Amino acid sequence: MKPAEFYQRDRTLQPPALTPDYKTSVARSPRLAMLSLQGSLSEITGPTFGHSDIDPIDNDLIKNYAKSGDPVGERIIVHGRVLDENGRGVPNTLVEIWQANAGGRYRHKKDSYLAPIDPNFGGCGRTLTDADGYYFFRTVKPGAYPWRNWVNNWRPAHIHVSVFGTAFSQRLITQMYFEGDPLIAKCPIVATIPDQRAIDQLIAPLDLNAAVPLDCLAYKFDIVLRGRRSTLFENRLEGN
Amino acid sequence: MVQALPYLKESASQTAGPYVHIGLAPGAAGFDIYRQELGQIIAGPDVPGERIRIEGLVYDGTGAPVKDILLESWQADANGIYPHPEDPRHGEVAPDFRGWGRIITDFDSGLWSFETIKPGPVPGRNKRVMAPHISLWLVSRGINIGLNTRMYFDDEDNSADPVLGLVEQENRRRTLIAQRTAPGVYRFDIRLQGEGETVFLDV
Repeated sequence: MKPAEFYQRDRTLQPPALTPDYKTSVARSPRLAMLSLQGSLSEITGPTFGHSDIDPIDNDLIKNYAKSGDPVGERIIVHGRVLDENGRGVPNTLVEIWQANAGGRYRHKKDSYLAPIDPNFGGCGRTLTDADGYYFFRTVKPGAYPWRNWVNNWRPAHIHVSVFGTAFSQRLITQMYFEGDPLIAKCPIVATIPDQRAIDQLIAPLDLNAAVPLDCLAYKFDIVLRGRRSTLFENRLEGN
Repeated sequence: MVQALPYLKESASQTAGPYVHIGLAPGAAGFDIYRQELGQIIAGPDVPGERIRIEGLVYDGTGAPVKDILLESWQADANGIYPHPEDPRHGEVAPDFRGWGRIITDFDSGLWSFETIKPGPVPGRNKRVMAPHISLWLVSRGINIGLNTRMYFDDEDNSADPVLGLVEQENRRRTLIAQRTAPGVYRFDIRLQGEGETVFLDV
């Protein structure tokens, strides 16, 4: 039984393009409806990655840019599984993350926030999930930072997450937030998501079981990509 | 009440934000960290096919170029084969053909470009053939969920393409067709909003 089409993306749980409280979306959102396609070979395939593409240290943000010592900040592990909507782990898929340092400053030439750069922190990492879809990173907890939207907007602490899955139609970029952060409820970017359950799904709980005593705390973040049906009856997808 | 369905729900998308380069193109963010950045070579030097360059701008609803966009491309090789196990012919794909690229804009001008080979036609659904095309995915600040589109070529016969044929308004089909501006060079501008708005796909 071969897998076939991906489940339709549930747009009621996804942010629409136009969300005026997030001001940049106003001029960057299409006004016309998208054209919905059934999956063809162009959509059910996608890039694949292997261990030759990355290095083992790439998932350790405490060490992968360390110059004179460890970065300053709260040491944490971020771990979890990449799953599909059927609850199956997605193995061997590329997970990439990026984030600000403990003070909310990004190592990016366009970031001019007054909080200082950390000389020992780059802020990016990448890894491949294992056979069960499991991944982990070690990093420091990012700080909140201000941004020019309303005059006093602050992003909650967050880590940007990019995942591929097995198909180009599963491609996803999202953001992970931290349990208990009071800024989550105030953020216009979080509020682009129209459904509270979908917001909750982006908030990583503290995971003391995965913490390393006297070393670092841990947060658990599962990422769900689109699932797909199995072919119970003949499907007409060319090539299957 | 009825039984609950057991499915999980796809994680919600969030914008890639203004600093997407840190994670996906750190060299452009201004620092060197990885042994190799991914997505820079779509087709290795020995991959057969016509070498082409594609370039363009992404415009916002005011007509201004978007200077912090990141695009990813996905395409078949010159024989229309994807380097992926679900392509029935993938065993015959050209060696050293990656098919996938990651492209960033120039921060000052917004211009982006990438070098690849021209893809061949790909089998579509219901035994129809899709004209040569490259799938594109756009993310940036202000884009809440990545935008999918396709780029076709103006020097190919696109008249029977099953996806272009689904675009109800014929005048909108041309928003998906790149213009050949010189030998081996194609121009593909993307308009996020307003007049000439590019057709985006829910794939």
